[in-house]
Amino acid sequence: MAKVLYIDYQKCTGCRTCEQVCSVKHDGVVNPMRSRIKVMKWEAEGLYVPVSCQQCQDAPCMNVCPVKAISRDDEMGCVEIDYDACIGCRSCVIVCPFGAMSFNTIDRQVFKCDLCDGDPQCVRFCDVGAVQYVDAEEVAIDKKRHAAERLSLAGKESAALLAQF
Amino acid sequence: MPLDRKLAIVDLTTGEIEKKTIPLELRKKFLGGRGLAAYLLLNHTPKDVDPYGPDNVVIISGGILCGTLASGTGRCDVMTKSTLTNLLASGNFGGFFAPELAHAGFHHIMVKGKADHPVYIFCHNGEVEIRDAGDIWGLPVSDTQWAIREDLGDEEVKSAVIGPAGENLVAYANVMTGIKNAAGRCGAGAVMGSKNLKAVAARGTMDIKIAHPDEALEFNKRFIDQITSAKVNQTMGTLGTPFIWGATNSWGGIRTRNFQYNQTEYADDIEPEHLDEIAEETCGEYHMTACYGCQVHCRAQYRIPEGPYKGVYDEGPEYTSQGAFCGETDTPRATTLLVCNHLADKYGVDNLEIGSIISWAMELNEMGILPADKLDGVDLRFGNDDAVIEMIDRICFRQGWLGDTLAKGGIQASDIIGKNSFDYMIQVKGMNNLHSDERATPALALNCALASRGSDHLRSRPAIDLYHLPEPVLRKIYSSPIPYDGPLSSEHTEYIGKPYQVFWHENCYMAVDCLGICKYHTTFLGATLPNFEDWSKVLYYNTGLDMTPEEIWDVARRSNMVERMYQLREGLTRDDLRKGDMLNHRYFDEPTRRGAPDVVGRVIDKKKFVKMIDEFYEHKGLDKEGNIKPETLKELDLENEPSHLL
Repeated sequence: MAKVLYIDYQKCTGCRTCEQVCSVKHDGVVNPMRSRIKVMKWEAEGLYVPVSCQQCQDAPCMNVCPVKAISRDDEMGCVEIDYDACIGCRSCVIVCPFGAMSFNTIDRQVFKCDLCDGDPQCVRFCDVGAVQYVDAEEVAIDKKRHAAERLSLAGKESAALLAQF
Repeated sequence: MPLDRKLAIVDLTTGEIEKKTIPLELRKKFLGGRGLAAYLLLNHTPKDVDPYGPDNVVIISGGILCGTLASGTGRCDVMTKSTLTNLLASGNFGGFFAPELAHAGFHHIMVKGKADHPVYIFCHNGEVEIRDAGDIWGLPVSDTQWAIREDLGDEEVKSAVIGPAGENLVAYANVMTGIKNAAGRCGAGAVMGSKNLKAVAARGTMDIKIAHPDEALEFNKRFIDQITSAKVNQTMGTLGTPFIWGATNSWGGIRTRNFQYNQTEYADDIEPEHLDEIAEETCGEYHMTACYGCQVHCRAQYRIPEGPYKGVYDEGPEYTSQGAFCGETDTPRATTLLVCNHLADKYGVDNLEIGSIISWAMELNEMGILPADKLDGVDLRFGNDDAVIEMIDRICFRQGWLGDTLAKGGIQASDIIGKNSFDYMIQVKGMNNLHSDERATPALALNCALASRGSDHLRSRPAIDLYHLPEPVLRKIYSSPIPYDGPLSSEHTEYIGKPYQVFWHENCYMAVDCLGICKYHTTFLGATLPNFEDWSKVLYYNTGLDMTPEEIWDVARRSNMVERMYQLREGLTRDDLRKGDMLNHRYFDEPTRRGAPDVVGRVIDKKKFVKMIDEFYEHKGLDKEGNIKPETLKELDLENEPSHLL
């Protein structure tokens, strides 16, 4: 099964290195506006959430494209753009529920995460592991483990509370 | 290209805006950041200018690597003539402002004149405009930034702003960005306030072309591995700078009750581990946050856990806040620390200076030097948490005689208070010292006396001197990029070899300030971190500027010399206690009373200390009086300064 980009936003320190390396890798320039991943911030409360393409199974961008320029590579688990076919109508930008399809106003074309052909640079450079590249099953197991930890902790705490009375 | 980033000169009196390209010759001589700012200050201010007057300039100067792909390169210098010291003022902040400014097409903004009403400057994709700040004036630091975003209708705008302290011309007001990033110490915020300038805002979507992108990407990976593998950075990334408090206070390096003791007792409440618990309880397991492109993430998030400010969000506190608000005043309580830290961030005032000046006033009160009828009802005793919190408010809003007097800065306040109040102030060049006590560490004491902007740890402190590194390790560090075969000592109580260490660190820190790199990414707290060799590569891959490590060393020496030229022009003389390179008498006369066996009972030996200054001058290329030798000017290609090339 193909790997997926797994974003654990709680770990994000807000440094935006992912944006830097993404734009350098793809375009040879630093420009957060060109980055496929973007850290959304609420600085007043210290909340940072990286947002990127979810590589949807039933991708709205793919479905809406009038010239079939967007397709899904199941082996890579990646939704791709064929720039030879793309007419730059930006319908995909409109329908993406995550805002992960962007329009580059300098080159005047749409762009999205391509998982760097299997070696995502945002993951490689994220030292805190807020962005990971993992097997899809692993994501769920990891989440299950954390949920179980929370449950057992809550159980212990309630037992301790009961013991006090 | 990063080298295309321009200088904008904004005259607030006339409204004129000039955009200038930085000549390559100047880039090679000063790179950017602090070095180029020093050049601009020397060239654009007349001698003896009034720091609060329209003829003073304030220069916001990003490092040459700001906006490129190199870890920890969001650093920006703010330079002006100091309202606190009447000499050179320089402060440096991280955060996200300088990279945004670079994307807006600029590395440097120099502001002249004075606006007739509150304004802010907005830089956007090559354009600069002056905008009305009438509705924003009066707001605290964070709210100012959110209000500017609302005014411009863009959530991505980053701003360098002043808070109420700057508006009220507090002599040590900061220029700030984000929640707590501050260009502090010397009062650049008051200079902005005097110009009716509330903020400089930036928003940009321009490409910054990387000269050699593949190499830059790979080198940055190596750079990051080196930076994050250092134990000191791993600790800092978990506990923040408060981790330094734990170590330093235990051996006796924290000045307490102004300068009466060198260790704060009963300080468990403000130990880094406890602060970390508060951060975790109030902001969750992952509560460390970072500046632009940095993997050290040394800044903690917290909410104030109790009291009238309960629930308020802020970041930090740093080691400096622990010392200034808890050590010097002897109020080692976590809530006091977190509240004071928040107030300093909110009002935009320097935590070190305000904490020091409050503790100085407390000692004056204890000694009966402050007139009792002028305390405005504040119970100004050491150990009184409420008095510390109350005085921060009074100083920032200049309330009452005492608040107003202390807001003027230490030397000015001592002139008003009179008697022998000046003798109690732990300052150099009019700037209060960091909260550290250097009586057992001659190298660190020397750094305080010689730091260009006043008694300070970020201009030349050889902090690794405390690690007792073996001589061969020291030799390796200090022999690069220029060979050094003089004496070196691993012993922190020694005097030999220390002048060269201070000289080397002065150049190391100037180099990072010109490049725009954070000091936690070089030989400051960790001995294994990158320096000149690595910068030569990172500079080349990112900007295409091909400079050897030795050439970068020369940039640093040259920039330090320009700062020296400025200081000498403004009246620095070697032994002047108010404007010179000399420590307060208490370092030589009052032995330390607490600490480890090799710390307690120590003073600085004045004779040896003076010899250290002589030796430092020799390394730096100064004569015995501290003036610049003609051959040094020639060697550094500074004979024609001010050269007005920009």
